[in-house]
Amino acid sequence: MSDSAPTAADTRRLAQEARDRVRFEEEALELSDQVYRVARRLAGSREEADDLVQQTYERAFRSWRQYTPGTNLRAWLLRILTNLNIDRGRRQQRTPQTTSLDTNEAGDYFLYNKLESQLPDENPDEERVLERLSQDSIVDALAEVPHDFRDAIVLVDIGEFSYADAAQILDVPIGTVMSRLHRGRRILKKSLADGVAAT
Amino acid sequence: MIDWCDKCEEMMQPFLDGSLSDDEVAEAEGHLEKCSWCAKRYRFEERLRHFVRVAVSEPMPAELKAKLAALRTPLDA
Repeated sequence: MSDSAPTAADTRRLAQEARDRVRFEEEALELSDQVYRVARRLAGSREEADDLVQQTYERAFRSWRQYTPGTNLRAWLLRILTNLNIDRGRRQQRTPQTTSLDTNEAGDYFLYNKLESQLPDENPDEERVLERLSQDSIVDALAEVPHDFRDAIVLVDIGEFSYADAAQILDVPIGTVMSRLHRGRRILKKSLADGVAAT
Repeated sequence: MIDWCDKCEEMMQPFLDGSLSDDEVAEAEGHLEKCSWCAKRYRFEERLRHFVRVAVSEPMPAELKAKLAALRTPLDA
């Protein structure tokens, strides 16, 4: 028979587990602003980001025992979110990877050179050059970056994850994160330069 | 002939990411001290990274925050 009354040890174990779960949920919720900030740029729209974050927390609260205390909880949550995002079939909807192959030709100084050339004064300081860019132009240009490259930018430059954490979240080698990040930043800057030229 | 400004341009991202070797950092810094043209472009890149981070950060909607809190396991569960 297994329906004997719980022992004192069982009760203590259950109480401890309840405390651990409460602590986990509190810590996860404290990170929700940071999780949302990244989710908003990984997802195509605000609605999509809201859904993703909600599903992520539902799944995290269900499977909290799989989290190893003391490891990076934010990266663990983002890993769930990234997998959910892939499951949603985002990859079929997005621009193919080949859209911006010509951006390889634009180096890291390209954007600066272009912005500077549009200012009337000789040798302006970099603050003045940066003022040529608007917040909206940055949001639009980032959305244009093909998703593999954008994911790397969003995790490292916006989410401030290390290469190693980003590699774990995206399930790719660290070298791949670095090359996507470097290429992605160039694509972003090329897109910003093209946008400014068009105005 | 090495074009040092071209080389410096290639090193900019790994330099700012802190992923260059000590020798490469010394090489880049040596050039940046002498070349205000490159130094300005490095400073711009740093500011741009900060601006991008701020520009694309949206606060989480309050309704979503409330929904997440409601997902918590009830204490008597």
